[in-house]
Amino acid sequence: MKSLKRQDHSLSDSFLQLEVLQARRPDGRAFPRFEEKLESIGLFPLRPTQLEIFQVNVGKMCNQVCKHCHVDAGPDRKEIMTRETMQLCLDALDRADAAGQSVHTVDLTGGAPEMNPHFRWFVQELHQRGKHVMVRCNLTIILANPTYHDLPQFYKAHGVEVVSSLPHFSARRTDAQRGDGVFEKSIRALQMLNAVGYGIDGSGLQLQLVYNPSGAFLPGAQAGLEREFRQQLQRQFGIHFNSLYVITNLPISRFLDFLVQSGNYEAYMEKLVNSFNPAAAANVMCRNTISVGWDGQLYDCDFNQMLDLPVAEGAPRHIRDFDVTALQQRAIVLNQHCYGCTAGAGSSCGGQTA
Amino acid sequence: MQGTYYNPADLAKFGSIGEFGPELAKKFFDYYGEVFKEGELTEREKSLIALAVAHAIQCPYCIDAYTTDGMEKGASEGQMMEAIHVAAAIRGGASLVHGVQMMNKVKEMSM
Ligand code: SF4
Ligand code: SF4
Repeated sequence: MKSLKRQDHSLSDSFLQLEVLQARRPDGRAFPRFEEKLESIGLFPLRPTQLEIFQVNVGKMCNQVCKHCHVDAGPDRKEIMTRETMQLCLDALDRADAAGQSVHTVDLTGGAPEMNPHFRWFVQELHQRGKHVMVRCNLTIILANPTYHDLPQFYKAHGVEVVSSLPHFSARRTDAQRGDGVFEKSIRALQMLNAVGYGIDGSGLQLQLVYNPSGAFLPGAQAGLEREFRQQLQRQFGIHFNSLYVITNLPISRFLDFLVQSGNYEAYMEKLVNSFNPAAAANVMCRNTISVGWDGQLYDCDFNQMLDLPVAEGAPRHIRDFDVTALQQRAIVLNQHCYGCTAGAGSSCGGQTA
Repeated sequence: MQGTYYNPADLAKFGSIGEFGPELAKKFFDYYGEVFKEGELTEREKSLIALAVAHAIQCPYCIDAYTTDGMEKGASEGQMMEAIHVAAAIRGGASLVHGVQMMNKVKEMSM
């Protein structure tokens, strides 16, 4: 399977994705604009709260080509962060520290972040600075080739919090979303992580799993799913983890393509819109996160990044100009995909929000 | 009357039954909501029971609704199919167990 970009697919163009999201429905009605929805509950313009998470997308290269991927990642994507840009990120964090505006958590994502040749150096530098580092690890990368087999030990040595996708405890549903054989490899990788202490009580090594639906439906309540995952993974494979983060699929990139191709787009959007939850809206992750793209551009979140919607004009737009005070003044850039963050119990990179 | 007895769009209009009788509808939906809340059974277990019953009573609305609900609650394909087999086994068994009645009657009438 190839990325949409490699296929020259029309939806690899973020402009066309936004067109689909803003189009009228076949019967002429339009979905209410997300901004109006926020206005009706007094949240527009949407402002940041306190900056707590510095999320860096170190590149779109990935060993997998999941069907729902909002990054349109894959082995054929070559856009990855250079060491110079990583240095700019470190400089930005140092400046914030010096100004008493420390951002404590650095969340590394991709693609498969580990495929960036400067990944380990970057993690070491962050760790030395006392940052709490989270890595969004797709699990299969650990087994992808021998140079990655020691990742669990590397993570442990640097106190990295590992956050890994496992869409289901059934092989069928996981493989349907992430590719044939992914489930089996993911289980083996989780066992390797458990073996060095990840997810084991008292070890202090945090292993979070991420559940997101393998299809055009919303996720159920996090607590119930977590209990079920814990039971099943323990019973069937002896696997332990700390928490399960439940995430809603946002209608962008490959998931948007799936929705349109399978005829589920209208019904899915309708569900997102009808499930709008004001409590979740107040807690959307863009209020406490800044997202850095592989080329150093700044975004309100990883989704906006993939839609080429940079932070609002007037705010610093590149990591070399990073300035917490200036960024705190900005209005967050919104569009129709934002309904994915506010549906039901809400959704963020840390799971449900309401 | 529409062209078919069942229309998928009608499922979303279930709430509108209150139009012709608001008080009973309200009582029903309140009760319904309470029934499906987590109790000694989890929401997922209740959803699987509902899916099995939906197949026993062969209600297309309920099958639609509780397939989606099961997916949302994280039930696997295997769990959903096992639930349906439970319904099928009970239905089949309910027919077959009456075989004893038939046998009793035959024996009663026979020399
Ligand atoms: S969802 Fe994650 S693992 Fe899958 S292709 Fe995208 S970046 Fe790679
Ligand atoms: S998609 Fe991004 S900008 Fe929109 S609500 Fe979610 S986190 Fe915020």
